[in-house]
Amino acid sequence: MEPTSEAELADLISSAKAPLCIRGGGTRLLGPIEGEVLETSGLQGISLYESGALTMVAGAGTTLDEIGAALKAENQRLAFEPPDLRDVLGTTGASTIGGVAASNASGSRRISVGACRDFMLGVRFVDGAGIVAKNGGRVMKNVTGYDLVKLMSGAFGTLGVLSEVSLKVMPKVEMQLCLRIEGLNAKQAVAAMSAALGSPFEVSGAAQALDGAVVLRLEGFDASVRYRADKLTQVLAGFGTVEMLDDQAQCDTLWRDIRDARGFTGSTGDLWRVSVKPSDAPELIDTLGAHAVLLDWGGGLMWVDMPKRADLRARMSVPGHATLMRSDDKGFEQVARFHPEAAPLAKISAELRARFDPKGILNPGLMGDVA
Amino acid sequence: MDMPRPDPIVLSRKSELVARLLTVLPQDAVIEDEMETRAYECDALTAYKCPPLLAVLPRSTAEVSDVLRICYDMNVPVVPRGSGTSLAGGALPTADCVILGVARMNDVLETDYTNRVIRVQSGRTNLSVSGAVAEEDFFYAPDPSSQLACAIAGNIAMNSGGAHCLKYGVTTNNLLGVTMVMMDGEIVEIGGAHLDSGGLDLLGIICGSEGQLGVVTEATLRILHKPEGARPVLVGFDSNEVAGACVSDIIQAGVLPVAIEFMDRRVTEVVENYAHAGYPLCEAVLIIEVEGSEAEIDAQLALIREIAERHNPIEFREAKDADEASRIWLGRKSAFGAMGQINDYMCLDGTIPVSSLPMVLRRIGELSKEYGLDVGNVFHAGDGNMHPLILFDANKDGDLELCEAMGAEILKLCVEAGGCLTGEHGVGIEKRDLMGYQYKPADLDAQMAVKDIFDPKWLLNPAKVFPLDVSDAKRSAQIAAE
Repeated sequence: MEPTSEAELADLISSAKAPLCIRGGGTRLLGPIEGEVLETSGLQGISLYESGALTMVAGAGTTLDEIGAALKAENQRLAFEPPDLRDVLGTTGASTIGGVAASNASGSRRISVGACRDFMLGVRFVDGAGIVAKNGGRVMKNVTGYDLVKLMSGAFGTLGVLSEVSLKVMPKVEMQLCLRIEGLNAKQAVAAMSAALGSPFEVSGAAQALDGAVVLRLEGFDASVRYRADKLTQVLAGFGTVEMLDDQAQCDTLWRDIRDARGFTGSTGDLWRVSVKPSDAPELIDTLGAHAVLLDWGGGLMWVDMPKRADLRARMSVPGHATLMRSDDKGFEQVARFHPEAAPLAKISAELRARFDPKGILNPGLMGDVA
Repeated sequence: MDMPRPDPIVLSRKSELVARLLTVLPQDAVIEDEMETRAYECDALTAYKCPPLLAVLPRSTAEVSDVLRICYDMNVPVVPRGSGTSLAGGALPTADCVILGVARMNDVLETDYTNRVIRVQSGRTNLSVSGAVAEEDFFYAPDPSSQLACAIAGNIAMNSGGAHCLKYGVTTNNLLGVTMVMMDGEIVEIGGAHLDSGGLDLLGIICGSEGQLGVVTEATLRILHKPEGARPVLVGFDSNEVAGACVSDIIQAGVLPVAIEFMDRRVTEVVENYAHAGYPLCEAVLIIEVEGSEAEIDAQLALIREIAERHNPIEFREAKDADEASRIWLGRKSAFGAMGQINDYMCLDGTIPVSSLPMVLRRIGELSKEYGLDVGNVFHAGDGNMHPLILFDANKDGDLELCEAMGAEILKLCVEAGGCLTGEHGVGIEKRDLMGYQYKPADLDAQMAVKDIFDPKWLLNPAKVFPLDVSDAKRSAQIAAE
């Protein structure tokens, strides 16, 4: 099913009696979902773009490519840099802004500017009963009523199918520089990243790549970036030799690979995405028995390549949560994709799902039980 | 302002309620004397007052849980209260309610510079959170004007902003976790020191829910290292339109000031008489602040000057030292106080798309003439968050009602321009009956569905956010169904 209008989407959902597999472009799928496919790609088009107000409103099915092209023409960008997961998840198709919003897809700049949800100004959606509702709007500051925008962002379609999103966009930066330190273990790497992120020098990316190198990104006006790079090099002197990369294309590629976890493309293990307090990451790495780990967000985001069927959560010794991103069908059958919540939160989430999806048809089973 | 009819059963059981509360709280934490409960009769929206049935001042999450369990059991409405600085009546009591004040819960529980977080009890004031990490040159970014007094609990309830949120975001962008007590007394932990949610973003819905979903007792907040320096400039223009265009151009150029504040002629005049900050008398004054090292500040200000000069400002004043910087901010920071000196005022809080600024300002001027009430405009221009101040005389019969009617017109105008009723103050009681301007019934139903789940009896912070007839019916129905 590919509705071409919000009204058609509402009709389809209100008359549906069986589970639906909700997707935008299908590039961020976390394993198989039972049900007839309902794609939002027909809800297409940018309906408003005011570059002077840093605001864009687009149909949920609008592709990231189209949005990127419109932004580029005004020298702007999505500051939360949504990852492109096609390579690593082995999916094809065109990512949509609705899919980005529904999965709260946030890249390396999460640690400085915020996540996708922090840039979402408003949503329109159709709930599981076929009722159309909106929340938020298209202005930067809005506390009028409850913030369902946040609730819908990251709900993976289980509370409603997004039909339109409005976003805060940001100006592109003049340039970027990367600092690189080799030869650090995870504990030293997190310490170095913490020192950088705890400085006044506005680091917009802090990762330990699969080759073990710690990389830090600085962005802005040329003179400012160079000044901060010098200062930061002094801050990090105790951690090893600090190499500076200023080839823009090389920096782009480096951060694209980290953002998209490309190093795990074609690897044979189960791929997990783990969110923890950064200083807990090294200890966790010691207990996981993983094939390989990529640290982003200063250590707070771990991409973990685990032996097949090894339940990473059973080995988690620290607070946080883990999402199973990639496995085979059997793996997805055996292990819940999302981290089981503590009982009182699981109850609230299940009741929310029952209320917003009374027929239990929106990506059922993807995120957890329905009350 | 209509409020729900107090529940006669609750009123009649006051002594039983007190006795039960005293089994879980010390004597000094239960306030029942009518002289003392009067201290809680209003918040900073002083036009409306109603003493509560009781006030309680617990010291721990466990005590909050005990209080809520008893109130839940006896169907007593609870109004949570931080420091009582809400401008929207967010902490206005009902006559049959227990005020649950978190002011005694103000400890810092953990500071963690490695992971850049602080965990505090929710009664702690906003500014003292920054104070607790100042020794390491860190700070907590959201800075509402009331930051000296306002509590983190209230900041979370209202998703508070501040002058510097153009760069750093509002409360929801800086909140990582909470300990919250549900109305039935259950204690829940949401989020933590990690950055994102592993399931539905419950933290995102709690922030800004105006104390209607639970009582937040502890919070994990993101802290940042202070910038090396900051410097403001003042730019004067002879028209609002031109000032608005200048703001838009600065934002589009990729400079990211930490603040862009706007004051119109009326406010500038009043402020000059009051604070003598040396502002130029013109149609629009912008205060723009940038951060970084000296060299970075110079570079950013050079760019801002270049952009501003394309718009022929009548003055571009750069602070040369700390004294001049504080004089530039002095006027803006005394704006509300100065306006309060000349009359009572109502402060509105609608947000509009920046592009609509000239049209909205012009229309506000017309409304001012129609209603015969003076209006000054001072606001966060970078994000379109307006603060029209409507002057009225509280001692003059009918003036408050006239002012409210005009305020409603202005907020309607904000919505029509593509904006919203409130950017950072919250709905409270003040704007609850205007919600229908912005949201259709289905939109409000979706929000109320969340309330139904967190607080099925609708006991928490009653008569706020949603139109009174709707919330009243919900509460009576739920309790009658028991």
